Amino acid sequence: MALRQAWQKAGKVLNGGALVSPGSTFARALSTSSDPLTLEIPVPFKGHKVDPPSSTVETSAAELVDFFRTMFVMRRMEIAADSLYKSKFIRGFCHLYDGQEAVCVGMEAALNDKDCIITAYRDHCTHLGRGGTVLEVFAELMGRKDGCSLGKGGSMHMYNKKGGFYGGNGIVGAQTPLGAGLAFAQKYLKVDGVTLAMYGDGAANQGQLFEAMNISALWDLPVIYVCENNHYGMGTAEWRSAKSPEYYKRGDYVPGLKVDGMDCLAVKQAVKFAKEYSLKNGPMVLEMDTYRYHGHSMSDPGSTYRTRDEISGVRQERDPIERIRKLLLSHEFASVADLKAIEKEAKKEVEDALAKAKESPSPDAPELFSHIYRKSYGAEAYGADRKESTVKLP
Amino acid sequence: MVGALGKNFATFASRLRGGHGCDTAAAAAVWAVSKRFMSSSGESITVREALNSAIDEEMSADSKVFVMGEEVGEYQGAYKVTKGLLQKFGPDRVLDTPITEAGFAGLGVGAAMYGLKPIVEFMTFNFAMQAIDHLINSAAKTNYMSGGTINVPIVFRGPNGAAAGVAAQHSQCFAAWYGQVPGLKVLVPYDAEDARGLMKAAIRDPDPVVFLENELLYGESFPVSKGVLDPSFTLPIGKAKIMREGNDLTLVAFSKMVGYALKAADELAKEGISVEVINLRSIRPLDRETINASVRKTSRLLTLEEGWPQHGVGAEICASVVEESFYYLDAPVERICGADVPMPYAANLERLAVPQIDDIIRAARRACFRKEDMRQATA
Repeated sequence: MALRQAWQKAGKVLNGGALVSPGSTFARALSTSSDPLTLEIPVPFKGHKVDPPSSTVETSAAELVDFFRTMFVMRRMEIAADSLYKSKFIRGFCHLYDGQEAVCVGMEAALNDKDCIITAYRDHCTHLGRGGTVLEVFAELMGRKDGCSLGKGGSMHMYNKKGGFYGGNGIVGAQTPLGAGLAFAQKYLKVDGVTLAMYGDGAANQGQLFEAMNISALWDLPVIYVCENNHYGMGTAEWRSAKSPEYYKRGDYVPGLKVDGMDCLAVKQAVKFAKEYSLKNGPMVLEMDTYRYHGHSMSDPGSTYRTRDEISGVRQERDPIERIRKLLLSHEFASVADLKAIEKEAKKEVEDALAKAKESPSPDAPELFSHIYRKSYGAEAYGADRKESTVKLP
Repeated sequence: MVGALGKNFATFASRLRGGHGCDTAAAAAVWAVSKRFMSSSGESITVREALNSAIDEEMSADSKVFVMGEEVGEYQGAYKVTKGLLQKFGPDRVLDTPITEAGFAGLGVGAAMYGLKPIVEFMTFNFAMQAIDHLINSAAKTNYMSGGTINVPIVFRGPNGAAAGVAAQHSQCFAAWYGQVPGLKVLVPYDAEDARGLMKAAIRDPDPVVFLENELLYGESFPVSKGVLDPSFTLPIGKAKIMREGNDLTLVAFSKMVGYALKAADELAKEGISVEVINLRSIRPLDRETINASVRKTSRLLTLEEGWPQHGVGAEICASVVEESFYYLDAPVERICGADVPMPYAANLERLAVPQIDDIIRAARRACFRKEDMRQATA
């Protein structure tokens, strides 16, 4: 992120000295201080078979600014995707993450490149958090060459192996045993990292999740099961699908934590805690209490099973970006103008990426037959009319 | 002398089938002794020994290879295919799983995505249906969906198809189902050479391989050359083997049915029908080249499989030959398959539900436009 470095160079470090009130023409520049700062997490953690971590979290002004900026880019990206879908640049399924940004951003603050993340189909922002670019997300959504999966995956199948991101999975719940497998491999190869296997409240009742939890607890695998509870599995509210919607307790013998998923800092604290625990003891469940503003997907208005008041209420009270904005303003790490500048810059980044993505061509026809196998042994593959189209696989 | 002794031990050992009766100390000792004799004489080994030695050697050669499945470790394998591996490689590399196919198959695929090389055993492929989403959606399709960035070097292995008297839920052949899926490789060994060469190729392969064994073949002994016993021995994936050359009819089979095809060919030779027997070795990729070249020579095709007829492996082979070699055919293409029924238990009905040698012979004669009683006339 070159822009972040530019901001850091331009900014002056706060030294707690004389402050000028925000909004004045002589307001100090945006704070890029990495001096440690402790803040209280307002919504307490709830523990299941584990003592929750402290609600006092360590952060810094720079980190808060980074949270703000990153979440804002994610928000703009998802809103742009909404327009793209409605203008038919994006086809098929498109599941948007706006509202849930604090989860993936808070997670990244506690992880490094030795850790792995695997999630379901609401993956655009998770992909970004793991080092993906907005360009490759847009291009993939539109099925273009410059997409992260060369245009062959689409919205639900974004991957970044180098960044430790294993998708992007379309089958509800399937990613949870896959995540246990990633953790198994990390342990087998003695990598000092954990895997975060993410799933939703809809997937939380899947049998294979419990099979994965059983094996990972038996074998002490360094896997953290992260339930992004946005309270609706497609159109079905949690109380209609789960006998026990206390998802952090559903691991039974696996300890769990309930976390305010709209608070980046709470997420960061919880993941930091879970990572330390998991590297030594095996699996843990983190239930992130979060919310999605859009419907399940672009074909779902999202208002037939919940009220518009509920949606606007969450936006008003709990929006993750607004929370950080308030923190930055109240601690005077940034002025209103600073934040507006960041927003403008982020919008531009997203617009530029979108323009570039629109210029990216569709994949060439021979790509139909590429990557079926890593090694094809010269096997043949057929098009719809094999007399017309038979290909020796590359 | 050593060779003959070895053969007797081999016959004895081959009678110790499956997971029954292997637990007594005496039986285990005989098995262990026979194994030593077999490897030194280089003459004959069972399919079970072939698989076991192949997995053993690949695990020794590559520390990323590990084995996972129900009873593969302490029980020594439900069918003893993984016997001795836990003792040799330890519990970090030979893992007993709970009875949770979806969970452990998914775990294996995840481990493979990260870069390990799992060998996941299904006690039979009937149970793999519980995990089939992972074989297809998580394993087969991922390299494609990820634009080639994430491959899945996993082997799913276990017995497939009919055994003896295990009835409907334990007797299905899955070759046609898995064979349809782009992104999978599907291998079907017949003899010990196939088992060794294909297993080693499968473990080394960077893509998901479905390795369909046969329970009734595990105990069968086959002669193998010294080359087959060499640790570097592999067989190419996607190439069929001509087991027996012939001029009148191409008979294509895989797995246990290859043995039946060879026996039928012996019988048909007595009445002057020269059958070319092809052992597919690989369902996917399918060696259409070898099959079609053979049919262009013989001008007649008969396919043979244990599985159900509709949309079966034989259906694909017949279509391929009709598309590629129509003008070479002198007779309609035909398929001999398992009966279109769930597998019954009663022995007489079970016999009617799977192909028998007589079925093959009758169809071969039909292809050659011979009547039933021709054999008596020439005898």
